[in-house]
Amino acid sequence: MNLTDEEQAMLDGRDGPAVQRAMDLLLRYGRALGAERLVETNNVVASISATTPFMRGFAQRRGGMEGVFSEFSLDSDETVAIPKVKTFTSHVQLGFDPFNAARMGVDEQTVTFYRKGEAFITGLGVHAANTCTPYQVGNLPTRGEHCAWMESSAVIYCNSVLGARTNTEGRESVGAAMLTGRIPYWGYHLDVHRRGTHHVRLEVPVVSTAEWGLLGYWIGEQVLDKVPVIEGIGKLPNLASLKHFGASASSSGGVEMYHLVGVTPEAPSVDAAFGGNRAQAHLRFGVAELRDAYEKINVTARDRQVDYVMLGCPHYTIEQIWEAARLLEGRKVSPNCELWIFTPRAIKSLADRNGYTKIIEDAGGHLMTDSCSAMSRAAPEGTKVVALDSVKQAHYLPAILGVQAWFGTTEECIDAACSGVWRGRQP
Amino acid sequence: MTTSSLEPDLVLHGRCVVPGVAEGEALVTREAISGWGGIDSRTGTVVETRHELRGRSFAGKVLVFPGAKGSSGWSNAFHLTRTLGVAPAAMLFNEMSTKIALGAVVTRAPALTDFDRNPIEVIETGDWVRVDADRGVVEVIRKARLRGGSALERT
Repeated sequence: MNLTDEEQAMLDGRDGPAVQRAMDLLLRYGRALGAERLVETNNVVASISATTPFMRGFAQRRGGMEGVFSEFSLDSDETVAIPKVKTFTSHVQLGFDPFNAARMGVDEQTVTFYRKGEAFITGLGVHAANTCTPYQVGNLPTRGEHCAWMESSAVIYCNSVLGARTNTEGRESVGAAMLTGRIPYWGYHLDVHRRGTHHVRLEVPVVSTAEWGLLGYWIGEQVLDKVPVIEGIGKLPNLASLKHFGASASSSGGVEMYHLVGVTPEAPSVDAAFGGNRAQAHLRFGVAELRDAYEKINVTARDRQVDYVMLGCPHYTIEQIWEAARLLEGRKVSPNCELWIFTPRAIKSLADRNGYTKIIEDAGGHLMTDSCSAMSRAAPEGTKVVALDSVKQAHYLPAILGVQAWFGTTEECIDAACSGVWRGRQP
Repeated sequence: MTTSSLEPDLVLHGRCVVPGVAEGEALVTREAISGWGGIDSRTGTVVETRHELRGRSFAGKVLVFPGAKGSSGWSNAFHLTRTLGVAPAAMLFNEMSTKIALGAVVTRAPALTDFDRNPIEVIETGDWVRVDADRGVVEVIRKARLRGGSALERT
């Protein structure tokens, strides 16, 4: 790989051992990819925290959070001193909600360890946004900006909706990026890889957030990690719909970039979206495909008694919290069921001040932050059947917790929370 | 187990992703693998609900697969398998991505891609595979020749 003088100096140890390790990792990673050079970045979304019992034990053996950072953010066997970060960096979601630890079955010791970790993280200059949706809370990159983001649902949003540029980075590469301000110049940083590869025509109205989720799930299975160009969009999707669509497509396939013709910034027309590429396939999404996606995502569901309803994957927008509050107002969550809703902590304070949190709590639900059930492996005790309005969460949770999962609309999920029974219907 | 004196039935050539030399039994899948949420890093087992390898462990195996999919936790999930001693011995894959590149680097398992023949088509689960990533060479000994272990015991 070709390095600039500045990069070579970092590799030679000018800025200390941590930066040296970071540059060494970027080189090994860049060579593995076949990248020719690095690109400068000043926008990183990263996971640094250590919230699992394994990580706590590891930290004790390896000199605390610096040991965790050395191993899991720099791939360094040796524990090195970690300097302040060079880039604007947002932290992703955690392994639990530190404000609701007991409810998630997390003991006091873990919370104490987490708080020390958060002090370490913010001390490095990373801001504790603690969300899978950094673009909701102050990290909104400019079109064309080179980023190094983790979290597949945020990556696809960053590339497709915002027109900024990132690959799906991992914990180690973003650790190296935040100390060097560099990431391999490969994949979605280059124009040529952002162009469409597959053509998808919508032949059924895709309107609700749930329908956008199902469309994403089906497209991900069809195109895997390629770049679909979607035509035939009727009603303009809102933030929540695009958030769910991207989260689904990145879970079932690995899509990191898509074009919605007439909607997303690099797709003013079909031709512009393909940028000279010939479509590898022409796909059609009709009623049969919508139902197929619905059946696949509901494959684990059998029993209609619902123990737990989780909303907020990816983290709920303030609009979705407002909708949930409207649906819940004047009703009560069933004594046989629990309702947890997840959002970034910054949006929770907005919900607190606008009275939405009170409506949710008066109904017996809980507005929580920083995490979700898939991340935390936490659900109310004895949960066997869950209901979810997120295709992504419904994809992962049965594998992670061994539960049955019903997927449906937000309204159907709130209804299940209040009745304790799943009455959702196939679209 | 040593197979060093056995002539390979098949030789593949590819591009080095992570240098190193390793050997082991092949575990082959036609389906991309999800890291976080798709494997259990404590046991090195695939857990994804509808995956053809569900319940199978890749610990110590030569994992032959199309590529990575799903969460950006891919590299960390495989990094943890190394830390916990249940990483694959080597990785052979077709589709390059940032997830698999970084994951292979931090798993520190020898890894190859860009093969002259599709490894998923020609290697079968249970075959014995010697990987020399430094030279870009993969040698395959058919499982039929390993059965009963007699061929191996003589070496």
